[in-house]
Amino acid sequence: MKTFSGKVLFLDRSDINTDEIIPAKYLTEITKEALKPNLLEDLVMTGFNKDDIRDKAVIVTRENFGCGSSREHAPWALEVNGINVVLAESFARIFRQNMYNCGMFAIELPKETIDALFANYAGKDVAMEIDVDANKIIISADGKTETIDFKIGAFDQTLVKEGGWVGYAEMNY
Amino acid sequence: MGKTIAEKIFDAHRVDEPFPDTHVLKLDRVFCHEITTPIAITDLMARGMDRVFDPTKIKAVIDHVTPAKDSKTAEQGKILRDWAKRHDIKDFFDIGKNGVCHAIFPEKGFVRPGFTIIMGDSHTCTHGAFGAFAAGIGTTDLEVGILKGVCAFHFPKTIKIVLKGSLKPGVYAKDLILFIIKELTVNGATNMVIEFTGPVVDAMSMESRMTLSNMAIEAGGTSGICYPDMTTVDYLWEFIKDEFATKEDALKEYSKWVSDDDAEYERICEYNVTNLEPMVTVGYKPDQVKTVKEMTGTRVDQIYIGSCTNGRIEDLRIAASVLKGKKISENVRAIVSPATPAIYSMALKEGIIEIFHEAGFCVTNPTCGACLGMSNGVLAKGEVCASTTNRNFNGRMGKGGMVHLMSPATAAATAITGSITNSDLYQV
Repeated sequence: MKTFSGKVLFLDRSDINTDEIIPAKYLTEITKEALKPNLLEDLVMTGFNKDDIRDKAVIVTRENFGCGSSREHAPWALEVNGINVVLAESFARIFRQNMYNCGMFAIELPKETIDALFANYAGKDVAMEIDVDANKIIISADGKTETIDFKIGAFDQTLVKEGGWVGYAEMNY
Repeated sequence: MGKTIAEKIFDAHRVDEPFPDTHVLKLDRVFCHEITTPIAITDLMARGMDRVFDPTKIKAVIDHVTPAKDSKTAEQGKILRDWAKRHDIKDFFDIGKNGVCHAIFPEKGFVRPGFTIIMGDSHTCTHGAFGAFAAGIGTTDLEVGILKGVCAFHFPKTIKIVLKGSLKPGVYAKDLILFIIKELTVNGATNMVIEFTGPVVDAMSMESRMTLSNMAIEAGGTSGICYPDMTTVDYLWEFIKDEFATKEDALKEYSKWVSDDDAEYERICEYNVTNLEPMVTVGYKPDQVKTVKEMTGTRVDQIYIGSCTNGRIEDLRIAASVLKGKKISENVRAIVSPATPAIYSMALKEGIIEIFHEAGFCVTNPTCGACLGMSNGVLAKGEVCASTTNRNFNGRMGKGGMVHLMSPATAAATAITGSITNSDLYQV
């Protein structure tokens, strides 16, 4: 199982697409590590600086994150930058499934919860940790701690715990 | 309660339901190309699982960057080529025989009503035009598809689009799908199937239906499905004539892949499209759509006609009808990429390639290249492209470039003037 804790990158925009997460010209790479410098290279968002990615482990964002291409390079580019968790109001289907297939979290939260995360924590030095068994997000900032519950399906939880879909399918089909 | 076509296909292919709302489906086809498959192959090799579930159900093509442009893309092609040979995958389309995946696979008769199809490519939804459930997936799902011939899906709710009336001359499937995406928005169909139905779809060729289904993903849709009918049977007949005594028999068999009248839909959207105008995208999202007339005069630098959306023979014929006897503007460059070798051949025989040449177009080999800014027509920073492709994301056709999506007719008219132009200027 991967690790699911660390500092948070806030991306306050909807419809961040896979071409923004990792442009197509890097799809000729055949190792995940090669994608590392190019994460979010084409992101169009006022105030975003590529240096903001450094040392982050969690992304908090808005609606329809990961729309567009089917490229699993998008989760991989996150993974090699140490980001194994994305919290959003909603995800594009293929991106969401790719995250779980890689044993990573794509957690949908209600709009009010995401609004509150932006209002209370964006711009601050904040860390989050996913309690995989309890389905809880533990948030630490300013010396205080808050806990948020989340729901994911049994299939997704199994993929996270077993580290992905290939091993599961090989065993079962 | 009746069932939608997607429910019927799920019921006929379900091999397991290991968790609530997790449907593991048996696959009829696994399509592969050289961008997303090589990593799946190398990962399977690293796991000691270099196997394929059924080489006759796997079809592979080199299409995104072809001929290879550098050592990296040459390596990707080599991995796919070696793998196809090693596993006796007969339907592998290499340079000289290769075309854009979502054009060449239907053309070869690989798609049938009722099929389940996956590919590591988001525009796999195209094949739903034949009444199939076809979905784009990532590399891990592709690995499992190759290895086991299964893929897991959540239950797909369905949005039914009913298209009434008839399209005006100069208005095409592309205009219609841009209008539909504007209505649904870029995530309006996420996790859902879109059914395209009604008299407008009934009157469409398979090529036009593929244009509709191709862009279902731009509204977030899992698959874009049209019901099989006699048009479908006619298209497939050369491949299925040994299976059925008559076309009517084929139609009867395929008719089981049609939604029931009392099927349950998430949403039903009915549009009379008789007054629909040619449409064009204006921003960095495919739901940012205006009429061509509203955007008339917008300067462009490049015209691109091709792709899995609009690189088929019908598209080239329409563009050529606008371009015949004309020259492109001195202020633009123009590229046309017939989507498959067969389309290229037809266009040659029909004199269409000559029309493009005389107009000043560069005619390239079949490839996806320019559509995603990988090769054969990448934009420079600040440049604008009038394109018949399916995505206008920021940087899609080249970093810092801007893409306006439109029909082949609009793209051809735009090539003549150098700025966005309604094709009715040039059509009789």
